Amino acid sequence: MLDIKNLKASIGGKNILKGISLHVKPGEIHAIMGPNGSGKSTLASVLAGREFAEVTEGTVKYMGHDLLELSPEDRAKEGIFLGFQYPIEIPGVSMVNFMKTAINEKRKHHGLEPLSASDFLKMMRDKKELVEIDSKLANRSVNEGYSGGEKKKNEIFQMAMLEPTLAILDETDSGLDIDALRIVANGVNKLKRPDNSFIVITHYQRLLDYIVPDVVHVLYDGRIVKTAGKELALELEAKGYDWIKKEVENNVIA
Amino acid sequence: MNGVSEVTGRYLKLYRDNIDKISSISSPYLNSFRSAAFDRFGELGIPTRKSEAYKYTNLNLFFDHDYTGYFLPVDSDFKKAEDFRCDVADLDAHGLVLLNGFYPTLSDKLRQLPSGVWVGSLNEAALRFPELIMKHYGKYAHSDADGLVHLNTAMAFDGVFVYVPEGVRLNKPVQVVDLVQSEEDTFNQHRNLIIVEKGAEFSIIVCDHTLAPKKFLTNAVTEVYVGENAHFDLIRVQNEHNAACKVTHTFIHQERNSVTSSINMTLHGGLIRNSTYHYLGGEGAETSSCGLYLTDKWQHVDNFVNVDHAFPNCTSNQLFKGVLDDMSTGTFNGRILVRPDAQKTLAYQKNNNILLTDDAKMDTKPQLEIYADDVKCSHGATVGQLDENAMFYLQSRGIDKREARFMLMFGFAHEVIQNIRIEPLRERMDNLVMQRLRGELSRCASCVVKCG
Ligand SMILES: Nc1ncnc2c1ncn2[C@@H]1O[C@H](COP(=O)(O)OP(=O)(O)OP(=O)(O)O)[C@@H](O)[C@H]1O
Ligand SMILES: [Mg+2]
Repeated sequence: MLDIKNLKASIGGKNILKGISLHVKPGEIHAIMGPNGSGKSTLASVLAGREFAEVTEGTVKYMGHDLLELSPEDRAKEGIFLGFQYPIEIPGVSMVNFMKTAINEKRKHHGLEPLSASDFLKMMRDKKELVEIDSKLANRSVNEGYSGGEKKKNEIFQMAMLEPTLAILDETDSGLDIDALRIVANGVNKLKRPDNSFIVITHYQRLLDYIVPDVVHVLYDGRIVKTAGKELALELEAKGYDWIKKEVENNVIA
Repeated sequence: MNGVSEVTGRYLKLYRDNIDKISSISSPYLNSFRSAAFDRFGELGIPTRKSEAYKYTNLNLFFDHDYTGYFLPVDSDFKKAEDFRCDVADLDAHGLVLLNGFYPTLSDKLRQLPSGVWVGSLNEAALRFPELIMKHYGKYAHSDADGLVHLNTAMAFDGVFVYVPEGVRLNKPVQVVDLVQSEEDTFNQHRNLIIVEKGAEFSIIVCDHTLAPKKFLTNAVTEVYVGENAHFDLIRVQNEHNAACKVTHTFIHQERNSVTSSINMTLHGGLIRNSTYHYLGGEGAETSSCGLYLTDKWQHVDNFVNVDHAFPNCTSNQLFKGVLDDMSTGTFNGRILVRPDAQKTLAYQKNNNILLTDDAKMDTKPQLEIYADDVKCSHGATVGQLDENAMFYLQSRGIDKREARFMLMFGFAHEVIQNIRIEPLRERMDNLVMQRLRGELSRCASCVVKCG
């Protein structure tokens, strides 16, 4: 599904990603953890096609495509979804119109007819239920005036609408209350299929109680410094990152 | 006269050459204003960029030109105007047509609508309802306003007249289709007077059009009286061609607890200047003044707003937004005056602009003069590009760059459109603005009206 090899990227001349390799198979859930500023969001943005980070080295293959060659919109149409750490407010653009455009653009890309108005509305209803989102929210402008938690739920709602093949969720759990966390996690679990994959960026092991990852990675200073099973998350929760930082430093010295 | 510019001289001459003709067909009361207004115009002249209120707008581009003055419609014009049909899908309105500023119908110069409402020709009303005219005409257009207002008072004698008597709610809006049509370059002036008495409710839609590809210049003054507890909405849709210049001066006088709104939707036009004066002349009055301007090529749109808080407990809200493409330019000048007695004033102002190219240019200036201490005022102006983060957000959902740009521009514009309370018109405006932003709206796919 996704094959990242030795990916290096810099922002404004500063190296942020310093050689990342990651292999995600269909049906897998990968968790990425790591201290603030380690480059998690940068990695997510590079995968989604944001241009502010310049890729200086490495390759990313996604379903047989050279991902880095594709525009952000083509990546989305090919099934990549980024759940933003900080979703943007877009005044004046209604959620309905936004989703209708997104879905029909994707359908067009795959040679399908646009959804009829009634099918679209039905889909909106179903997915709203799935992620237990307040139906009034969907009548407003995109994220405008949404609370922090509502914005995150709205990301999951969009994901449910777009049914991505590879979803990258950047701290979708932060800022959520316990119920919302469960809802978001349920949303992910219901969408999970053998042929799609998730990369879940989080700081909290709690989310991983609900969304059970196959693999947990630790990103530190632009590198994946540790990869293990889900028990790694528990260990991090208990011990913090210091021991990993020490390990890394010792390795560098050694 | 010394020191009169050449441009001003043209209009002094136009007056002298035509004043006898004008006076002979116009009502005595309107005539009684002319010579003083002419003198005042002679002193003030055509505004130049030396005047603060016209600093970024070069009127000479249009005023310094030989036009045929248009002083009375001829038969063939009546015919054209009467043949003109406007259709806004589902908009149920009382329709009126103005041709080059004249009310061109011969037989039906004043129409009575239900509940004693009158709409029609100002000139006719001046003859038929002298008391109403004497009470209101010339009372709200400030004597200290610029020279063009005086030029209008000196020469104009027709336009739209509306009278809504006390307590009457007109459930349908009046739609004025304001046509300019001539085979020659033409200068028009007209004068509208709208009287909305105590407790009455009224909305009017004015659609400005040009029907021929000639150079046109229009200088129009509208006076509006809004009585105690009355409601009044004005929506102006401007869709003229690039060789047309429209200068409008709108004076809205409000009594206590009245509520008004003015929305200027400028979709197209060569040079447009809208001056809107709001006088909050009684406690508890409220007004909102909005504008949207979409410009491209060499167009220039200038909105000047003057809100005068003369009494306590009044509220005003200004929202002006623009999307400027190519080398087009815009100006916004929003003045808020809070007089010493106007305690508990709420006055807000916002002007946001998107420049689509490096050559487009916007000058925006708030002007706050606050002489009371218990006042809430805010103002904010932005001039920028489309938000990169928002662009990426849309693209990351599979929406291509072009469409994403369009959606953001439309969303930006919709914030103004959503202030239109007449639903079919709001929808129609959404569509027109969509077409305009997609570059599909040509001069002939005019405005709210599909002119043949
Ligand atoms: N637009 C930018 N310009 C300059 N530096 C940036 C920019 N975006 C990110 N960075 C820097 O890149 C580094 C990695 O940031 P990133 O947002 O990827 O971290 P993160 O791992 O997601 O952190 P957090 O856990 O706080 O979300 C940080 O040092 C950050 O300051
Ligand atoms: Mg981050």
